[in-house]
Amino acid sequence: MGLYEDIGGAPAVNAAVDIFYRKVLKDDRIKRFFDDVDMDKQVAKQKAFLTMAFGGPKNYTGLGMREAHARLVKRGLNDSHFDAVVEDLTATLKELKVPDHLIAQIGAICESTRKDVLGR
Amino acid sequence: MPRVVFREAAYALGGESVLDCLTTRGLAVPNSCRIGVCQSCLMRAVRGTVPEKAQTGLTRTMRARNLFLACQCFPTQDLEVALADDVIERIGAKVSAIELLNDEIRGVRLRPSSPLEYHAGQFVRLFMDAQTSRNYSLASVPSLDEDLMLHVRRVPGGRVSGWIFECVQPGDNVTISEAFGDCFYVPGKPDQDILLLGTGCGLAPLYGIARDALNSGHRGRIHLYHGSRDACGLYLIEQLRQFAATHPNFLYRPCLSEGSSTDGYWSGTPPDLALKDTPDLTGWRVYLCGNPQMVNAARTESFLAGAASSEIFADPFLSTGNPPTQGTNAL
Repeated sequence: MGLYEDIGGAPAVNAAVDIFYRKVLKDDRIKRFFDDVDMDKQVAKQKAFLTMAFGGPKNYTGLGMREAHARLVKRGLNDSHFDAVVEDLTATLKELKVPDHLIAQIGAICESTRKDVLGR
Repeated sequence: MPRVVFREAAYALGGESVLDCLTTRGLAVPNSCRIGVCQSCLMRAVRGTVPEKAQTGLTRTMRARNLFLACQCFPTQDLEVALADDVIERIGAKVSAIELLNDEIRGVRLRPSSPLEYHAGQFVRLFMDAQTSRNYSLASVPSLDEDLMLHVRRVPGGRVSGWIFECVQPGDNVTISEAFGDCFYVPGKPDQDILLLGTGCGLAPLYGIARDALNSGHRGRIHLYHGSRDACGLYLIEQLRQFAATHPNFLYRPCLSEGSSTDGYWSGTPPDLALKDTPDLTGWRVYLCGNPQMVNAARTESFLAGAASSEIFADPFLSTGNPPTQGTNAL
């Protein structure tokens, strides 16, 4: 069993996505990066992100991550924003009573994307 | 070996997904993540049964339309499919009446030559000629109305609306498509509260949805906020006040975004007034139709107010091209 199965697969993604995305949109540190996006498409993207973070089937590549965030890096996306997203995700998982050792694994997966997301 | 039928050709499935089956043969099907997340590869089953797994994560209205994710679809029986928004059927219809709803909106009643399967709040494409068409929402309800009803707003310089206003007469024959769209009432949660927000002829789908829900015995609250700049832009006011008088769970708020409030009207936009009345939308189902800016802003606002993303149904009316425009006429 991998992380994705442990956490509950697609239903876990669906349970987490609204809670997580609502936190992000209400987070004064990062909400400006989302103010011009179509919410329907964002929900799909957030699901894709959570699927990746939960160790699910991978469709992300480092290059894809870079390209997807390049526009935001130009607008000032930096470590503090990256940390804010991870914090919001951690709070979401705690709210859903995900065990700490799984939260730690998810945090490590997020961390592994930092350089690509921030375009370094 | 099951087959997938697409654009009148059949392809044998050897255990791969419908998406793989079609794309490896060079057929263009939009796709991106290929793991059932992004919903780019949405298709529609025209004939046959969709495996349950292929509808994971889709809204109830999408399931009701037989939409599915091609990348997650591994049929065990023959399945005929189309792209989600492909028009595969054209139907003749006779214009049975044209009514004035207000200065700029006409109610067009159509009687299809063969029965049209649809839900109130979906839209049909109305063809002016083979190349020119626009989408109009259905304000009629299949179980209540014999005719289809469209609300057509005259768009300045609009080709199709100009044609409808100036040329189309009762008795004329026109061509329409089958019904599309995910913004409609689905029974099954009769106690859920429903919020309907619309501007201009965005009332058409909401009017259909409200009547469909009331007719289906919906017990939860149904709150309709219809907005325009001034009172001239509103319509069906008396009918909606009548619904409110006869259905205790139905609330109607005609909203004016300009000028001060007058008797019987509320001053403000539909989302602002609705969220003032109901700041917490947890558990609500929300329908948004009309002006795209209002629809997109209200979608985020109602989500932040607690509505689940899967319970928000939006139909932004774009002025030309594919997405929709309007609905229908009075009772």
